[in-house]
Amino acid sequence: MYLIPSLIMFGCGVYGFITRKNMIAILISLELMLNSVDINFVVFNRYLYPAQHDGMFFTLFAIAIAAAETAVAIAIIINVYRVVKNVDINQITKMKF
Amino acid sequence: MESLGNVIMYVIIALTIIVFSVLAVTTKKILRSATYLLFVLLATAAIYFQMDYEFLGATQIAVYAGGIVVLFVFAIMLTHKPGDDAQPLESHKRIAGIIACATGVVLCGVALFSYAKFCGKSLLATGDFTIDQLGEALLSTDKFGYLLPFEAVSVLLLACIIGGVVIARKR
Repeated sequence: MYLIPSLIMFGCGVYGFITRKNMIAILISLELMLNSVDINFVVFNRYLYPAQHDGMFFTLFAIAIAAAETAVAIAIIINVYRVVKNVDINQITKMKF
Repeated sequence: MESLGNVIMYVIIALTIIVFSVLAVTTKKILRSATYLLFVLLATAAIYFQMDYEFLGATQIAVYAGGIVVLFVFAIMLTHKPGDDAQPLESHKRIAGIIACATGVVLCGVALFSYAKFCGKSLLATGDFTIDQLGEALLSTDKFGYLLPFEAVSVLLLACIIGGVVIARKR
């Protein structure tokens, strides 16, 4: 039942990931996708195997890894902004400055 | 079937998630997008509370709403001057995005509705899962123990701290 909002959330994430130009907006879309996968883990665990808690632990570790990934990505974005003065992905064409 | 209160809570949570996630990827201003993301994350925490995973909901609120959204707001403030929102947020790849999104949603939706007879299943009892058992499971090495991923995550967080400092420091 909770898979329907999760599915729509993932679709929104895919749409935003493809159409957005701002790097931070792309990161926000990525967070939406990660979050919907977390919901799927918890829902499948809770409805199909309510005696075990593997999906819950997976979600717990996925939240930790998502936090680490976002922190590093925002550090990279701020560093890129300091060099290029822009966070538009069409203007960032070089990997090394 | 479930009680009326659960159904009402489900409708509220589902509508919040759908509306705010659509808004988060279609709005023009980036700060509004981050705010809508915050609402989506809080609704997700509400789902975890509905599923009786209180610790997971608290973690979701503390890490996402308390950490990541604040980080997003700081990054937006640092990289966008207030007042000039002249750059459009979206490129002209809108058609490709709509096609990719619609294809995935329709495929998964068909698969989901072919199993629709499981949708009305009510929640079974979770079997009395306490914080004690959660801590034991996180730090034990037997069959359902999670010591190895726990330590791996700690090493990952250390690497992330060092990497963030190294990347973002002033040259």
